[in-house]
Amino acid sequence: MASSDHTGDHHGSGSFPADPMHQFEIKRLLDINIGGFDISFTNSALFMLIAVFIISFTTIISVRKNSIIPSRMQSIVELSYEFVADMVRQNVGSQGKNYFPFIFTLFMFVLFLNMLGMIPYGFTVTSHIAVTFALAMLIFIGVTVIGFVKHGLGFFGFFVPKGVPIFMLPLLVVIEVISYFTRPISLSVRLFANMMAGHTMLKVFSGFVILMGFLGGWLPLAVMVAFTGLEILIAFLQAYVFAILTCIYLNDALHMH
Amino acid sequence: MEPEAAKLIGAGIACIALAGAGIGIGTIFGNYLAGALRNPSAAQSQFPNLLLGFALAEATGLFGLVVALILLFVL
Repeated sequence: MASSDHTGDHHGSGSFPADPMHQFEIKRLLDINIGGFDISFTNSALFMLIAVFIISFTTIISVRKNSIIPSRMQSIVELSYEFVADMVRQNVGSQGKNYFPFIFTLFMFVLFLNMLGMIPYGFTVTSHIAVTFALAMLIFIGVTVIGFVKHGLGFFGFFVPKGVPIFMLPLLVVIEVISYFTRPISLSVRLFANMMAGHTMLKVFSGFVILMGFLGGWLPLAVMVAFTGLEILIAFLQAYVFAILTCIYLNDALHMH
Repeated sequence: MEPEAAKLIGAGIACIALAGAGIGIGTIFGNYLAGALRNPSAAQSQFPNLLLGFALAEATGLFGLVVALILLFVL
């Protein structure tokens, strides 16, 4: 959507000082082309690497010197661990313990990608549907495989709701199947659209600051400060929702319903 | 009508979907607040459900926004 061939046209907003879509542009930092595949190192990949490094370093360094009275860093890591562990325990139950490392990694990864996007001149990796859809598809396929491994062909019973009149069943099964297959789409579009809409809105308001000049620009600036706070909340909330929905899908696969 | 104009009008119409998301989010938070004030001790345990309902309600509206963005920037 924000690929480089669409950034040239402004669609009538040529006089607007800030192009709101420019921030989503993917730039090649290092051209790599192997066997016809373009696997260049982009700013998207750079920010993913930064997120992974920050998460790994903070978690490894802060728990290296474990103490009963935790240091500041250690308590941050322990808090985030407890937060995700609680989420998995409440939504998946005791069987979810095996999948805790995946959920924790997923939550921290999405959270840090969202938060890195809030830094000025940062790049929001999760504002691209390619990234979020790949994550959602990975979760969808993984959960479906877990369901079939756990229940065998009995997993198809998941699509048959219990306690409904028999003549309603053909309709309800179709609805259940459709709602199951739209899961990766809704999961990925929710994260991508939230991030994209939020950052576009911030950029549009920053354009108002410049347009209204030195005297009138203070009002949109104040609104922008408030919106930035809201966006940080949304960044956290979307990472949380992404992780909790993964827990719920996992619970469906493990326990049916 | 020029195709460009039709595209812009279509994008505007697609954004009406966000009104539904607004109604849904308002209903969820309003009902949560009403329930939480009646029974404050049960409020904390239902907070994850609140966020989940908020996210699910918001997603349907955002589909409309995505249609608008596709109309503006992809087609």
